[in-house]
Amino acid sequence: MHDIAQAASNFINLDAANLIYLFLVGFVGGLVSGFIGSGGAFVLTPGMMSMGVPGLVAVASNMCHKFPKALVGAMKRAKYGQVDVKLGIILGISAEAGVLYGAHIQENIKKSFGDAGSNLYVSVAFVVILAVVGIFVLRDAWKTYKSGNMHEEEKITRLAKWVQSVNIPGTMVYFKSLNARISVLFTIPLGFATGMLAATIAVGGFVGVPSMIYVLGAPSLMASATELVIAFVMGLGGSFKYAMHGLVDIRLAMVILGGSLFGIQLGAIGTTYVKPFMIKVVMGLIMVIVLFSRGLMVPVYLSQLGLIETLGEGTVKALKTTSFAIMIFALALGAFIVLRAMWQGRRAERLQQAGEALSHGEI
Amino acid sequence: MSGYEQRKKKKPVGMLVLTGIVSIGLYVALLANQDLLNTNFAKGGMFAFLPIITAFIFSFVHGTFTGHFWTVLGVEASKKKKEVK
Repeated sequence: MHDIAQAASNFINLDAANLIYLFLVGFVGGLVSGFIGSGGAFVLTPGMMSMGVPGLVAVASNMCHKFPKALVGAMKRAKYGQVDVKLGIILGISAEAGVLYGAHIQENIKKSFGDAGSNLYVSVAFVVILAVVGIFVLRDAWKTYKSGNMHEEEKITRLAKWVQSVNIPGTMVYFKSLNARISVLFTIPLGFATGMLAATIAVGGFVGVPSMIYVLGAPSLMASATELVIAFVMGLGGSFKYAMHGLVDIRLAMVILGGSLFGIQLGAIGTTYVKPFMIKVVMGLIMVIVLFSRGLMVPVYLSQLGLIETLGEGTVKALKTTSFAIMIFALALGAFIVLRAMWQGRRAERLQQAGEALSHGEI
Repeated sequence: MSGYEQRKKKKPVGMLVLTGIVSIGLYVALLANQDLLNTNFAKGGMFAFLPIITAFIFSFVHGTFTGHFWTVLGVEASKKKKEVK
């Protein structure tokens, strides 16, 4: 109860500049989320903390804007036939378990090694996972681009073919996104890993979407749309858990939501104009850039833990500022690519329609 | 029906205005009652339902508004590929 009272008293005063900042970052985060199924949280949470919001309140408030945003995005993309609700719910439930376990690990690390230890764990998780998955996704997108097969239907990986071929009686479920029956014994660990990552670095989609594409064999568009269902299930459970401890600042959550709902609608519309490999381009680029951002912070935490020489105050400040700036750049670049791809797609469609109208007129 | 005729279809301006007014009303109420909200929403326990219900209400009203917003501006999904696969 003491924590609750303390949390409420830690809710910051919101001035006009803060409101505009949250709204705009919410918009850009929503735009990227609507397109790749996740993103934004890695800027929003530290962004709120830089405004003076306590860490846990920032995480809780971010989560409370995430689930309604994901709901709206999932409903929008369901209209385009891109959502596999069953896969999203099944992965979402196991992801919820992953969130709880991930949060438990975080608490233990914090107890044993303090804030610096916890931060180091988060940064190392960011760097290792984003390096492996991000480079893999980006390499795949690059290979598709170089091969000139951007218009062709995506081929499923050998791993996904194997996963789809395994028959474990009593565990098989048909998923429309895969057009195949697969064992839930494969989806459970993937959902769990997505949840653990969400609890650690706040962006579970960086594992969820690639695993649906490369391990299960879902098309990129369906994977990124289905991730919104997972984000809704995870976000709803997580928000309720934090709200039980009085940690959600509803004003922050709803102001971010205000901007992000404009963004997510636009990002979802954008997916109907682009080639599927663009999902991989945007996701891979963001992951690799964020990896550098977090990598810059590793020496800071190592120094705080006394594992390397103590860094000067100026160096720490410079590293922190650069790290945050790179994160904002990652999000802004993602948003720029989405808007550009959408603009080009709309332009091409309009030209085609005008051409068709003209030829009909001539006949 | 040609592409041009399709684009001429009626835009949901009335719904945009209606949901816009309700959405603005919700945000005004949120920001005008900050102390009240901070106190009650942070009580924890069963009060946890308050932020969750609020989030659902905002997502429904504001989500509908933002959907109409882009439609009225003419930013709509591609007519070519509505479905994946």
